Amino acid sequence: MTKEAVVQGGEPQESSAELSLSRVFLIALRRDLLLAYRRRSDLVNPLVFFIMVATLFPLGVSPEPVFLSEVAAGVVWVAALLATLLSMDSLFRSDFDDGTLEQLLVSPQPMALLVVAKVCSHWLISGFPLTVLAPLLGVMLFLPSEGMTALVLSLLLGTPTLSLIGAIGAGLTVGLRKGGVLITVLVMPLYIPVLIFGTGAVQAAVAGLPIGGYLAILGAILALGFVLAPLAIAAALRISVSN
Amino acid sequence: MSAPLIEVRDLYCERDERILFEGLNFSVNAGEVWQVEGPNGSGKTTLLRILSSLSRAFEGEIFWRGESVDHVRDDFMSSLLYFGHLPGIKATLTPQENLRWYSAIHPMTRHEGIDDALHRVGLLGYEDVPCHALSAGQKRRVSLARLYLSDAPLWILDEPFTAIDKGGVAEKEALIAAHAAKGGTVILTTHHELGIRDNLRKVVLGGAKELTGGKFD
Repeated sequence: MTKEAVVQGGEPQESSAELSLSRVFLIALRRDLLLAYRRRSDLVNPLVFFIMVATLFPLGVSPEPVFLSEVAAGVVWVAALLATLLSMDSLFRSDFDDGTLEQLLVSPQPMALLVVAKVCSHWLISGFPLTVLAPLLGVMLFLPSEGMTALVLSLLLGTPTLSLIGAIGAGLTVGLRKGGVLITVLVMPLYIPVLIFGTGAVQAAVAGLPIGGYLAILGAILALGFVLAPLAIAAALRISVSN
Repeated sequence: MSAPLIEVRDLYCERDERILFEGLNFSVNAGEVWQVEGPNGSGKTTLLRILSSLSRAFEGEIFWRGESVDHVRDDFMSSLLYFGHLPGIKATLTPQENLRWYSAIHPMTRHEGIDDALHRVGLLGYEDVPCHALSAGQKRRVSLARLYLSDAPLWILDEPFTAIDKGGVAEKEALIAAHAAKGGTVILTTHHELGIRDNLRKVVLGGAKELTGGKFD
């Protein structure tokens, strides 16, 4: 017996054919962006945190331009990393609490695709603004002008990886009451390679060396993360919801 | 002879050192309404979550139209409407946006007729109000509006009548009966006395047993 024979009325078969994967992706992306737009106050938090952390260094260590210009790349990168980590915990939290995550899991759409949409929207509202703001902090920390392009490019390639890896931790800990600290412990070691090559690119640019190699490695990590992380995130969410 | 819609063979589930159910067998045919009965904590929700493949913490086999659910996952998921304890409604979105999103990711849900569905659950005039401004019962109603939009042959409903007033319950019962009459299948839990008589079947889950087998008088 076929589906059509079981339930009459409507044209379910037709509408399912129209629902191509790219359309589902766009719908999921648009929904998450709309949700973020409706809660604008939450959007600003990681950015404020980013600026605050970077501001603490001149205040707490030394305001000397010579010292600051040396640590600028590292400070901006570490601040971006911490800001991303801070925003990670809430990625799946509200979906988990209100049951929309369950509805995503019982939908026939591939979970990895829906997860990619979520991570993309997360990057658009956290990683991307961080990247845009970074040159401003670079100027504040006396980063030599030769390093600016490298800073933006390395963040542009690095922050999506941070979002992808962080989402695995967020997926695993979403079922726990206090997942925030656990995410940090789980995810931080995986962030280290990105941090090393990110700051490495900026320091190489400041020293007048080519940065192509660093960017290529950051790109390779991103490509690997883009292919594998969604599967891991989807599996992590299934485990979290199953308990 | 066609295979039953869902067949459960030798289902076993334990939770926190207690056996919720073991050796559970039943087969659900098209056009039937199944009520899962049992006291609180007897595993009704767990059973429904296992049937919707949200939970994997079980042993045994579940067949969908004669084939193992794992093999026909896409077909099974497309045919399923799951209504859980949590409403699955985004508080910052309006009822209309919530339903539009739901119909977008669930292929057997009609896109058109969302306004009509909201009208039928008594939410006319609330289409553009963010859901956080609605009462608990109204939120449940937004979620229940999915039943009016769905062409999915299998509905799994976990306590669908919680926080719904008497008139609303009667309407939903009529809707469930109509779905069954059209050849659809409903598996639900409820503490209400169901007004449905035709084709009503029951699974009764007994009290949970201690795994250790000790005496606890």
